[in-house]
Amino acid sequence: MTATDPDLAAAAARAHYGRFGGRFVPEALMAALDELEQAFADAAADPAFAARLRDLQRDYGGRPTPLYHARRLSEHAGGARIFLKREDLAHTGSHKLCNVLGQGLLSERMGKRRLIAETGAGQHGVATATIAALLGMECVVYMGEEDTRRQRLNVVRMRLMGAEVVPVTSGTRTLKDAINEAMRDWVTNVDETHYLIGSVVGPHPFPMIVREFVKVIGTEIRARMLEVEGRLPDAVVACVGGGSNAMGAFHPFIDDQGVRLVGVEAGGEGLDGVRHAATITGGSEGILHGARSFVLQDDYGQVRPTHSVSAGLDYPGVGPEHAWLADSGRATYVAATDAEALEGFRLLCDLRGSSRRWNRRTRCCPRCALPPSSAPRRSSCSTCRGAVTKTSTRSAACSTSRVR
Amino acid sequence: MTRVAAAIRAANDDGRAALVVYLPAGYPDMATSRACLEAAAEAGADVLEVGFPYSDPLMDGPTIQAASQAALDQGYSPADDFAMCAELTANVAVPVLLMTYYNLAWHYGNSDRLDAFATDAAGAGLAGAILPDLPAEEGAPWCAVAAAHDLATVFLAAPSSPDARLRPVAERSTGWVYATSTLGVTGERASLSQAAAPLVARLRRHTDRPVAVGIGVSTEHHAREVAGFADGVIVGSAVVRAAGEGGPAAVGALVAELAAGCRREG
Repeated sequence: MTATDPDLAAAAARAHYGRFGGRFVPEALMAALDELEQAFADAAADPAFAARLRDLQRDYGGRPTPLYHARRLSEHAGGARIFLKREDLAHTGSHKLCNVLGQGLLSERMGKRRLIAETGAGQHGVATATIAALLGMECVVYMGEEDTRRQRLNVVRMRLMGAEVVPVTSGTRTLKDAINEAMRDWVTNVDETHYLIGSVVGPHPFPMIVREFVKVIGTEIRARMLEVEGRLPDAVVACVGGGSNAMGAFHPFIDDQGVRLVGVEAGGEGLDGVRHAATITGGSEGILHGARSFVLQDDYGQVRPTHSVSAGLDYPGVGPEHAWLADSGRATYVAATDAEALEGFRLLCDLRGSSRRWNRRTRCCPRCALPPSSAPRRSSCSTCRGAVTKTSTRSAACSTSRVR
Repeated sequence: MTRVAAAIRAANDDGRAALVVYLPAGYPDMATSRACLEAAAEAGADVLEVGFPYSDPLMDGPTIQAASQAALDQGYSPADDFAMCAELTANVAVPVLLMTYYNLAWHYGNSDRLDAFATDAAGAGLAGAILPDLPAEEGAPWCAVAAAHDLATVFLAAPSSPDARLRPVAERSTGWVYATSTLGVTGERASLSQAAAPLVARLRRHTDRPVAVGIGVSTEHHAREVAGFADGVIVGSAVVRAAGEGGPAAVGALVAELAAGCRREG
């Protein structure tokens, strides 16, 4: 459990990370941000809060998650010994629950019984809907209309748990527009509503609070590595959209100068064009969703549409603390294209065999997980070259059963 | 006193609340948006606000979102908006401010270019700027640049703002203090929020600067109510809708009604 760390009081006082971060929101929200900051400080000083969160993380969330030495993958790669932190095995299927449990309990402390959230791939929305059901709260999830289509199963899961899912039709109809809409809801209903932001983004104190709740990931990695290997890892590598799982993994290692921190951004179709979501690698400094950070934007500060095969990484901003880690050189950020990411996924399936978490409804190729919107109308999957059955659906789908 | 504050006080001295009218640049197209703004001035607006459309307008409701998107879809950039403002300010006598989100001012051509943005704003004859996602505590860099270019600053106060925040908000507002009548985004409302009058009363204890009320002020009736306790009445979405439906003529007709509402009796 992280919320009792002694450095928390100091962390709570910090609205900025170097020149990044801050609070750039309408005045109507400033009081709510102050209230949230105070509630977090109070909770952090309350052993009962820490104990309840710890118990829920263990008994409900399934923590700690395993750290697995992928031997065949390590042999295949021929370099580092590769360990996988299995956040997919946490309840709801992602690391998102760590943050959501913490903020859910905070919301309860503040007496706010209505939770709102944005979601891209749907993982954060599912986690929020889950916690709202657990705590008996009302829940509204904003999701870009485009994402509700490509991640339909998660929409069903959220609705099953009693959440209202609102498809957002403004702007680019993806994650950034879902955040805009959630902000509009919050500014209207701030008295009784907590905006449960799903990443280390947004105005202070959100990037700090979310980081404090997700850094259990890195704390577990550190402890387990010392336990089984008797040493720290040479490098910690994590994907970065908004950056919550990466921040969670990185943060406990920041003072360990021997540990390289590497964030991998979504390179989409390549950084030469504009069809990517690599904010630090390919963006410039700006102010988006309440914080100063890196932003994918045009010369005049208009935020650009982004692209990634991963709905969860398809976002034109990034957490301000990542901007600071990049700027200070403590962490390195690179981009992987859609094709490279899918190749990695396929390799992992071949050599480890446990990542074929799959559902037939999304009709994606089971080997490369290409979503239906971009699935090719051919008899083989153009990305992974696996055999594909032509179907009568809108998108020529890769059928799970027919692929060799 | 800034030109903007002076215009509001002049209306007050004339027995009226000042009428502040908002319209976005480039909606329904650039030439018509200028004609609509000129029609608003002709029909009795004391101050004009020109919205510079932004890709992520999180403070705006459906009407202004749609108008902004329509302008962006035509490819207009802030440079085009400034060019229109330069023509507008040459044609109207009332002060004109721009209203947009902070990133357009901050990332103007490149990062950290507030001074270039302010230079072009002043060059276009603008009298000030409203940046609704810039709260007072982050506002120091903009205030310094604005003062250097003789641009009035306007910061927002909300019903949720505690008293301790109202003084710094008012101190940084050299044009007027923008009291948002309600919690929420821009848009027309059936009735005026009951939170507006108490907020203005609280602001009066901290400042003698002009206080104008906006967000959800849509009709002549609302204008009359607000004129009873505030120095200015700000109307956006209703006028934007008129611009879309009936162009300059519809804007002129609505603004004339609103201006009548701003007149104080007796």
